[in-house]
Amino acid sequence: MSASNSIQPEATASRSILLDEVTKRYPGQSKPAVDGITLEIPAGKIVMLVGPSGCGKTTTLKMINRLIEPTEGRIKIGDEDVTSIDGDELRRRMGYVIQAGGLFPHMTVAANISLVPKMLGWPKAKISQRVDELLELVSLDPAVYRDRYPKELSGGQQQRVGVARALAADPPVLLMDEPFGAVDPITRQRLQDELIKIQDELQKTIVIVTHDFDEAVKLGDWIVVFSEGAHIVQYDSPERILAEPANEFVENFIGSGAGLKQLTLNRVKDVELAEAVIGAPGEKAADVLKRVKDAGHGHAVILDDRKRPLSWPSQRQLGRLDTISATQDPELPIVGQGSTLNDALDTMLVSNAGAALVTGRRDVFVGVITVEVIMEAITQTRTAAHEATDAPVGTNTDSITIQQPGGAA
Amino acid sequence: MLWSFLVDRWDQIWFAAWQHFSLVVQSLILAIVISLLIAFLVYRSPRLSSVANGVSAVGLTIPSFALIGILIAPLGFGVAPSVVVVTFFAALPILRNAVVGLSNIDQSIVESARGVGMSRLRTLLTIELPLAWPIILTGVRISAQMVMGIAAVAAYALGPGLGGFIFSGLSRLGGANSLESVVVGVVGVVILAFILDLLLVGLGRLTISRGIRVSK
Repeated sequence: MSASNSIQPEATASRSILLDEVTKRYPGQSKPAVDGITLEIPAGKIVMLVGPSGCGKTTTLKMINRLIEPTEGRIKIGDEDVTSIDGDELRRRMGYVIQAGGLFPHMTVAANISLVPKMLGWPKAKISQRVDELLELVSLDPAVYRDRYPKELSGGQQQRVGVARALAADPPVLLMDEPFGAVDPITRQRLQDELIKIQDELQKTIVIVTHDFDEAVKLGDWIVVFSEGAHIVQYDSPERILAEPANEFVENFIGSGAGLKQLTLNRVKDVELAEAVIGAPGEKAADVLKRVKDAGHGHAVILDDRKRPLSWPSQRQLGRLDTISATQDPELPIVGQGSTLNDALDTMLVSNAGAALVTGRRDVFVGVITVEVIMEAITQTRTAAHEATDAPVGTNTDSITIQQPGGAA
Repeated sequence: MLWSFLVDRWDQIWFAAWQHFSLVVQSLILAIVISLLIAFLVYRSPRLSSVANGVSAVGLTIPSFALIGILIAPLGFGVAPSVVVVTFFAALPILRNAVVGLSNIDQSIVESARGVGMSRLRTLLTIELPLAWPIILTGVRISAQMVMGIAAVAAYALGPGLGGFIFSGLSRLGGANSLESVVVGVVGVVILAFILDLLLVGLGRLTISRGIRVSK
């Protein structure tokens, strides 16, 4: 038997995807749902398909694993033309995640995850080992969740199991259709962060359909903006789409606050922080005030013995004090190094100082982030976006006419 | 009087009851197979589904007595017309529930089954059928109750079962032991129906996944 061959997981290396002039027409409809799209999806990257509802982004995604058969065109995974191979066999080699996970309610978590490996004929011991491995990858304790049924899980947990199931046979390609659409905003944010973490580890080729532009900016290495008929309006990095939207359609889709959205692209640890005058409890306030004045600063940061910020008195407050107290100010504006600049800006707008304290590991103080630092980061991102030009290929057969003035209705 | 009737004819009653039960269970199994096959063929088309539902609604209005009478001509007396009639009526509620159960499955679940690379047949057998099974089984229970009574009519075609006691009692009404005979037939049918229902509930416990069982 060739069982020993099929046991081998497929080459973990991710593979690129190429849609070559793919068209989907439905009978009885004058306009094609997807109109001659040519789209290159680079290996190991996350590509986000965004656009208004009904623009054909989901149809495009489902043609990659041929859940929807294309009317015309070729589909290539890596170097292999998969346009006419057996669809079921093709889908077993790709992960597929839908909204709310699409778990089978009559099967346990373990049974759901082991479906594809079973179909591929993996031996039992290897499957059960793989199930535990995957549950750990998506931050669910195997001992607790393996034998649960989907109805015994929260929405976020179901979604995690959905991702684990899609990754079960270690496919090089992962397709996700509005994966985080059905969970609350806080859970969504956490799942997005986890997906980023998983991708750092696995480097799959991931295609995600979403209508949420913020999600696209957060997750995507590349973003494809579609208009009706899956016409590619812009295919570029999040930075460039934000800095240089191709036209009014993209601008409208980005919505207001493109500058603010750029802030979600950068993290506090990526920018240069301002220094601060440090004080300690028990010191004479006058000494600290003098240091603050010498440095030309407005405030001093008071740290405890483990370098964690306690309070952030201004010159005026220092002038009123005799010695520095060890009391903890509960309303200190503090952000972690992993926070996005967007979060940092939020925090500093609330504080009186127009700045925020940045803490690193174990809440140790590392510096001060100011509005000026953030302005600088926005400028840099824009400059970098202007210089980048290596976007993958993405066109429609009739894209030349579309680009003409007045052509884009 | 009833007691002595029971004691005198215990072997006969026991045998008839067993035959009755066996007729119903075997016809029920046949009905499940037939109606599932039909449901598999029609559930994906809304038009065919409504035809199937219409047939099962109209079919249930046919008087069983008339149907078995008509069937005697082509099939003769005995087991054959009994099995056909009982199976026919048993299939109708099962078919209806099977079509409803299969077509009401959340399409995203079916799509996700196709998305992980399951073939149409595999999706049907391992995903759709188990998910529709509780509703199908409810149909089976309704059928079982209904055809327990219908099987008694089989006696008209000289078929097996407890119907013989009812018919012979009714035809001699007023005569010796006539009422006892009818009572034994009717009560026997009711008891058998109760036992079969218990067995089907047990079957449900064994075959319905804990993940989709309605928790009390």
